[in-house]
Amino acid sequence: MALKKLSKEKMGEVLGELSKFRLVAPAKSDEVVVFKQIGDPQEAFLDYGNSTVPPKKFAFPQTETLFRFMVGSPELKEKNVEEEGTTVIFGLRPCDARAMAIVDKLFSWDFDDPYYLKRRELTTLVGMACVEPPSVNCFCTSLQGSPFGTEGLDMLLTDMGDYYLVQSLTEKGEKLAETLSSQLEEAPAGDEKKAEEMARESEGRIRRSISTAGIPEKLPGLWENELWKRVSAACLGCGICTFLCPTCHCFDIQDEVDEGGEGRRCRMWDSCMFEEYTLHASGHNPRPTRRERTRNRINHKYSYYPNRFGVIACVGCGRCINLCPVNIDILDILDQVVDAQ
Amino acid sequence: MKNPYIPHEVKILDTWYEAPGDRCIKTFKVTFTDEKVWDTWSHLPGQCAMVGIPGVGESMFCISSSPTEKGYLRFSIMKAGKNTSALHELEAGDTFFVRGPLGNNFPLEDWKGKNVVTIGGGIGQAPLRPVIQWIRDNRGDYGELQLIYGARTSADHCFKDEFKEILEEGECACHLSIDVEEEEWPHFVGFVPQLLLEVAPSPENTIAVTCGPPIMIKFVLQNLEKLGFTPDQVYTTLENRMKCGIGKCGRCNVGHLYVCKDGPVFSYAQLKEIPEAFA
Repeated sequence: MALKKLSKEKMGEVLGELSKFRLVAPAKSDEVVVFKQIGDPQEAFLDYGNSTVPPKKFAFPQTETLFRFMVGSPELKEKNVEEEGTTVIFGLRPCDARAMAIVDKLFSWDFDDPYYLKRRELTTLVGMACVEPPSVNCFCTSLQGSPFGTEGLDMLLTDMGDYYLVQSLTEKGEKLAETLSSQLEEAPAGDEKKAEEMARESEGRIRRSISTAGIPEKLPGLWENELWKRVSAACLGCGICTFLCPTCHCFDIQDEVDEGGEGRRCRMWDSCMFEEYTLHASGHNPRPTRRERTRNRINHKYSYYPNRFGVIACVGCGRCINLCPVNIDILDILDQVVDAQ
Repeated sequence: MKNPYIPHEVKILDTWYEAPGDRCIKTFKVTFTDEKVWDTWSHLPGQCAMVGIPGVGESMFCISSSPTEKGYLRFSIMKAGKNTSALHELEAGDTFFVRGPLGNNFPLEDWKGKNVVTIGGGIGQAPLRPVIQWIRDNRGDYGELQLIYGARTSADHCFKDEFKEILEEGECACHLSIDVEEEEWPHFVGFVPQLLLEVAPSPENTIAVTCGPPIMIKFVLQNLEKLGFTPDQVYTTLENRMKCGIGKCGRCNVGHLYVCKDGPVFSYAQLKEIPEAFA
């Protein structure tokens, strides 16, 4: 598909144009960068490494209503996702877009999840290539990703200095390029090659890596290995590794009712690192300690998910390493898996 | 797109207690309020449904009636938590909500021409009841049917009237037990795995199905192996905490399998490969 050029001076205009949709972009919130719906193009903060919180909540909200009801009434009013409107998520990193492509597999497996899939259908993803790896703990290249990866994206922007190189990747991306046609120019000849070179350079700057070959097959044999006790010993069970993971998708379902009897059934993010997550009504818990819960988390990402969906549920964004309050490092765990006998 | 999270209202036709106590068991016989739901509803023995009350929540239960019983569904529910306590407050004429059918089923089509022995304990008989009813209603398709069932006391026995009827009919062997001696108890005293060894069903062309407390299942499986049953002749159901019931919310996995979607019915051959299965 044709490459275009977007002058940096026109970024405000572009974001203004995109504001006719629900526009989501990285923005500063206190000291962290989060994706949020912006009304004013000035709010967008594009000179960022990666967001602290991944943009997954715009496909899979932290809390969302499934249906509303009045207590005692047989009428259930299903949430209409279409009311949320067409969304453009602008400026996300390739790893986060790839994470959505991975999670799509779960929500469309057998039973289609109408809320998630409708929202994905209505959303266009505009990525921002990582000219510099955003964090010291990035390891996307170990998981078939790349700082310039396009999987899951509809459009990719690459910072070429004074301008962005704009690459439409899908029909949705093409449509968006048409919408922005008055802001886009023909890309200079040779930019494609230049971008390829930049991608190689950026990949070369990624410091951390793991060879994932054989890990999915090896994990089942390490069930009783002492490494699980060792790697979970420091865990606080806070769940931040799962809440901030762009591929973690576990949820709880709860009912909320107000004083007037108006209620809603909603789902909210949950974490396999919490004790209550698997606690039976009988009091029995099949994963009673952090050892079992850590083992499940690693197995889910690196064994169960590839077993079912053919892909590891980790994109190497490094958030679980960066934000763990006790410095648990998934690459250290995986190194121990590789070394375990 | 059909929304698998939307439950359907059912009206309670009848209720009765199966067992007393703090964790009493109550059976609900229900029918869908909207008759059109029946047009799209079809379940098989072993399948489950989410049962609940909007404003309280929902929990996964097996459907304890066979599809050969037309016009109603049954759920036999132990009072154990918030949702089940609220359900236990309901009586005939009241309503609650059902979402399903969910999960897989016992492969009864594949068992045609074979003998079937069911081994149940306590409320674990609930998923076995539709199997028994299905075979009784399709009697010519199956060989010998043997029932083994036990609970702590005679009062804790579920489906007492039906066991009585089966015993009186004498069409299939029915072996009952209680854990400790009671006056005038005419049947076995001891645990279900012991009773199984006592009855000693032949593995020849036979399928064994067991449901009950995890500890009972563990020893039943060992004893079935002692009797010569191979893992692919043995079936059970697993339980885990569930929320979505459709393989999305993530919590009910045992190894790479989701109990809600790949189960609740598993062959012992499948479970032998999964170290977490009986955790």
